[in-house]
Amino acid sequence: MADDRPDKEQSSRPRKGVIDVLKAIDRRIIFLLITLGVVLPLIFHLVFSVRTSPIVQAIFDKMESLPPGSKVLVSFDYAPSTVPENQPMAEAICRHALAKDFKVYMMAVWATGPPQVDALVTNVIERDFPGKVYGKDWINLGYKAGNQGLINAILLDLKGMYTTDVHGDPIDGFEMMRDVQNLADMSLIVCIGSGFPGVREWVQFAGDPGRIPVAGGVTAVEAPLLYPYYPRQLLGLMGGLQGAAEYESALVLKYPQYKEHAEQAVRLMGPQTVAHLVIIAFVIIGNIAYFGERSRQKRAKKA
Amino acid sequence: MAHTFELWIGALLTLMIFSFLYKDNPFYKFAEHLFVGVSAAYWMVIGIWSTLMPNLVGRIAPNALQGVINMPEDAQPQYHFIVPAIFGLLMLTRLVERISWLSRWAMAFVIGFAAGTNFTRYLQSDFVGQIYNSMLPLVVVSSGHVAIGATFSAIVLIVGVISALIYFFFSKEHTGAFGATSRLGIWFLMVAFGAAFGYTVMARISLLTGRMQYLGEWLATIF
Amino acid sequence: MFFKVQIPLIITFIVGAALVIAMFVPHFPFYEANENFSIYFDLIAVFAFILGGGNLLKIHGDRIWRKGRDWKYSIVTVVGFLAMLIVGTLKIGGPPGFTGDVSASDSWFGFMYYSMFVPLQSTMFSLLAFFVASASYRAFRAKTKEATMLLVAAFIILIGRTPLGHYVTGWLPPQLQFLHIPNLSNWILSVPSMAGQRAIMIGIALGIISTSLKLILGIERSYLGGESK
Repeated sequence: MADDRPDKEQSSRPRKGVIDVLKAIDRRIIFLLITLGVVLPLIFHLVFSVRTSPIVQAIFDKMESLPPGSKVLVSFDYAPSTVPENQPMAEAICRHALAKDFKVYMMAVWATGPPQVDALVTNVIERDFPGKVYGKDWINLGYKAGNQGLINAILLDLKGMYTTDVHGDPIDGFEMMRDVQNLADMSLIVCIGSGFPGVREWVQFAGDPGRIPVAGGVTAVEAPLLYPYYPRQLLGLMGGLQGAAEYESALVLKYPQYKEHAEQAVRLMGPQTVAHLVIIAFVIIGNIAYFGERSRQKRAKKA
Repeated sequence: MAHTFELWIGALLTLMIFSFLYKDNPFYKFAEHLFVGVSAAYWMVIGIWSTLMPNLVGRIAPNALQGVINMPEDAQPQYHFIVPAIFGLLMLTRLVERISWLSRWAMAFVIGFAAGTNFTRYLQSDFVGQIYNSMLPLVVVSSGHVAIGATFSAIVLIVGVISALIYFFFSKEHTGAFGATSRLGIWFLMVAFGAAFGYTVMARISLLTGRMQYLGEWLATIF
Repeated sequence: MFFKVQIPLIITFIVGAALVIAMFVPHFPFYEANENFSIYFDLIAVFAFILGGGNLLKIHGDRIWRKGRDWKYSIVTVVGFLAMLIVGTLKIGGPPGFTGDVSASDSWFGFMYYSMFVPLQSTMFSLLAFFVASASYRAFRAKTKEATMLLVAAFIILIGRTPLGHYVTGWLPPQLQFLHIPNLSNWILSVPSMAGQRAIMIGIALGIISTSLKLILGIERSYLGGESK
């Protein structure tokens, strides 16, 4: 008699169905697909148009409503890890402020903020506003330690903490610092942040006690947590890369001369969109596998 | 040349970290430990040169920093800054077991400051401020007509805040009408968590996109 | 006991109470106390960074000395830390020199920052994208009505907060514009999600207010460690 063991073994091993395949996808395949979802749109320059939402438009409208010469403080409270989200926001805000001839005061409550200011100076000021004068149109105050204590201190006396600018030059030597005593002298505070201390601390320690308008640009993780402050305590909020892209779209619509360099976030929305679709697909696949397995178990119990 | 060298080191360290996605390995461990050391030193150096030198040493002994940091020529010593200097040194005693109890004095100052400022700021911004923000007209009138969409949103918002707050009230059993309201609150919280999850995914993908752009820049130097 | 417990409690009380009163009485001496205590806090924070560095050296140095677990990697940590510290504190290398800006991009400190710190930190965080994708596949199940609600809200946000949302429902007539996904996602964030987040914020605020009061009054003493009773 022929040995039919291989056939018997084959028939006793249950066949792998679609559900079994779907519920056991190797995580490295997931990693690979996410990578492709990000890399391919970057390679093929997939770009979409972006429309501005009301919460971002509110910041744009506020900036548009301020007269030339208004004092705007921009705080760079983020680390290199969130540069893809935060740097486009910071550059869009500063580009807008300088285009409107505001006096821009740059500072940081994070030690990793000053290098981002340096990047902004190269990408925005030197490129699009070479005529702007340091100390007259814009100034870099740099970083000071203290987190919310720093904000509390400069609400009362800015020059008490900032005795020099970031380069170590005495603060009173700058034209635009002469009539600034504390944060209450600012027309608007814009915090570009990614955690603690950030927008929340600026609202709590500066906006509310000093009755100073505060706007924010934060990473997408933090954005939903700050919506409760909108609109009475926080006049507007850019949330994540989408928020940055929305502000850039509004800026380029009004000031098309900056289109070439002012659409970093808009260009990154292509990979963002494709990656979101990949994530949604995996959630759906995971649920199909789950419900498929559940109904299989129910059928097995009935049988 | 320096920028290219910087790009190469950065790209190699990036790939070392990404190698963790396959499995834990010595390259990843090397990069991880290097990150810990470099970041601790970065914060220390920046703290010293941005704050300690100009705002502490420069205030107690301005003449000592002439030529090192730009100080106003007529800067006078402000001796009350010896107080934070002492507290700061007391903080460092934590490193020596026998006298580490002295660091409690510095911690007490820090805790007192944080508690004192948080008490008033959270009360104003996160408690009273949020209650004030929730006090919206339930019926929204626009150009003489009832705005149905805005009215619906206002009602949903107020009902949502109250029902979610009721969910967090554990001094009463969640039964009857109270329990039903609490269950409604859970629905609002689920929507909030769903929105938070969506945004979290968005944030993480953005960071990955940034890294891929950086690696693309590095590859462009090769090809 | 007096020096180890009572004095810290007195310091906490004086500082905390002065700052609370300063909010209601913004005049001498509380205004000046608020101003000065804020600056003192900022300066003590720098010593906390120095303490962190010292602690790192202590832990990793101890591990190297005793040849503990992964002690060879601790050498990497210590060497990286000391190199960055020396180069930064003494402003060694590069044009700016001892009187220049410590983080100038052409300094050695700047070089280490841009070639090591930035790529390492950025990549560490970007790893999360992969794990969130894997977690989405493995863990997000519509097992209950509440979980389904969570997923539906998440999907609307994921689609609505990208340009795709405009293309998917852009064809809707004006009367149904409220169902346009970007409008729906904005509404979700501004109304139901905001309601939930607001309730959480109020709850947290109450917790922080009560804890702060307990700390100022010396009822909460856990920050003093074991001998706080």
